[in-house]
Amino acid sequence: MNASTGHAMFGETPPVRRKLRQEALAQWVFGAMAAAMIVPLLLIVGYLVVRAAPSLNLEFLLEVPKRGMTEGGIWPAFVGTLYLVFLSLAFSAPIGILAAVYLNEYARDNWFNRVINLAVINLAGVPSIVHALFGLGAFVYAARFGYSIISASLTLAIMTLPVIIAATREALASVPRSFREACWNVGATRWQTIWAVVLPNSISGILTGIILEVSRAAGETAPVMFTGVVFFKAVERGDLFPYYLNEQCMALSMHLYTISTQVPGVKESIPFATAIVLLALVLMVNAAAISLRVYLRSRKKW
Amino acid sequence: MTEPNSATPAPPAFAVRAAKRAAWAVVGEKILEALVYLCGFSAIVFVLGIFLFVFKEAFPILANDNFSLTQFLFSPEWYPTSEVNKRYGVFAMIAGTCSVTVLAMVIAVPFGLGAAIYISEFCGHKTREILKIVIEFLAAVPSVVWGFIGLTVMSRLIVQYTGAPVGVNMLNGGIILALMCVPIIVSISEDALKAVPDSYREAAIALGVTRWQLVWRVLLPAAKNGLLAAVLLGVGRGVGETMAVLMATGHAVHIPNSVFDSVRTLTANIASELGEAPAGSDHYRVLFLIGVLLFTLTFAVNLIADTIVRGIRRK
Repeated sequence: MNASTGHAMFGETPPVRRKLRQEALAQWVFGAMAAAMIVPLLLIVGYLVVRAAPSLNLEFLLEVPKRGMTEGGIWPAFVGTLYLVFLSLAFSAPIGILAAVYLNEYARDNWFNRVINLAVINLAGVPSIVHALFGLGAFVYAARFGYSIISASLTLAIMTLPVIIAATREALASVPRSFREACWNVGATRWQTIWAVVLPNSISGILTGIILEVSRAAGETAPVMFTGVVFFKAVERGDLFPYYLNEQCMALSMHLYTISTQVPGVKESIPFATAIVLLALVLMVNAAAISLRVYLRSRKKW
Repeated sequence: MTEPNSATPAPPAFAVRAAKRAAWAVVGEKILEALVYLCGFSAIVFVLGIFLFVFKEAFPILANDNFSLTQFLFSPEWYPTSEVNKRYGVFAMIAGTCSVTVLAMVIAVPFGLGAAIYISEFCGHKTREILKIVIEFLAAVPSVVWGFIGLTVMSRLIVQYTGAPVGVNMLNGGIILALMCVPIIVSISEDALKAVPDSYREAAIALGVTRWQLVWRVLLPAAKNGLLAAVLLGVGRGVGETMAVLMATGHAVHIPNSVFDSVRTLTANIASELGEAPAGSDHYRVLFLIGVLLFTLTFAVNLIADTIVRGIRRK
């Protein structure tokens, strides 16, 4: 700029300017790449909401599907999803939390525990449809639970186990070792330390894991579609307990798949509204987990 | 539980404590610890159980004389319900799975890495937190909703802008799968970039590099193993994804010639035909055999990715 003045030495020379241009360009390009993930998502969700608008009301949630699922609401599917989520949680939460306690508090670094770690990672990586095959072979046929809510939620529970294990482990690992040492030094046993010090200090992290499990279980389709979820089941409008546990049920995710691909002549806004309800359910649950985590981090004592 | 009571006088410390713990507390603790060990081992039991049960259902077909494994793997002819000549060749579906996954990675890897670099190196603290939350939301969208988006939104866009005859095709599946794989690629790559020691950054900045030069010459080479692991985990996710590709790829069994061809993936094939295959039939067993194939494939991919990540952590 002012090449002739005294402080030209520290001014912008052409190479410096080129460097700055390069820098600005890089920042802009990477920013655009980050934005490229977010903008389409917002546009798509906005589009879904607009298309769903004619059906989005409380009546849609509480009503049962009518006329061969071409009209009406989603109540049986909604309740079915709640059944599956809570039952799978009842299986996977205790096992997952105790498994994480083992991995973080008891396991030494030897080959056996490395195999366990590997198993957890692979459990998370197994395709959902293979979980479905397993559920069909193990629970429906071998254990003779038949096509039922029990089989479906057990399959879901095993599939979502790694979510809880990972979150709980992280929560346990964030409790400082000095807390444990203080407790051991007053003569507490290993389990007393875990019960009185480690678990209370990591309860919110564990809760986050449980919430994430709920979100994951609510959205899964493939593992439940061959183990206990059906296309249609007649249910009373607004009935809170319509299913027995040895029966099949409907589920939101499966219902969305069915009405958008298998049933002709569905009223146009209904699949969109179903997608929005499912999406809203999952995202709200996730938002709860995230806000819990943010709140937690803000008041951490150590 | 049984806290040692500090109010009592306690001359010989060990004896008092041992006496104070009730027998049920000691036994209860042993039982609980046994339970903890049992749950800890459960992950292995489940993984082995998955393999064994899926393999058990598939095994009789391998022993069948009419069935050849080479034909299964390398023949593109899939006619499981033919009256006279049933043929079980999954090569077209292997090609479908590979092509959709590769296409998804071609889209997802540059964007995922770019976003990870932006998050870890270029943006401020607040933007970073917001972006990470958005990515978490992106990861939480259920696969059936992605499939629905592919079926309704994306297929219309594809027909409109490319003039393809059908909107549900390989391109559609690839884009949807890319959107699903991006979150995992971003979060693992960001971890990898964060794991590069700060001294590398400081040394580079002291030499007067721009942030672009820092990323290109220092961070990417230093973090390349972690980035590779991120891509592999993305591949694992892509290969295993079911509902989204079932709804978005158009479901035609043939080896694709262009990105506008409809394809069928291994996962989608199981999902669409398992309901119709009678339990115990050859068709049913072949579907389980595809399950064994998928399990092995994703197991290998995850194993490699994990070995790489572990190697980084040790450093």
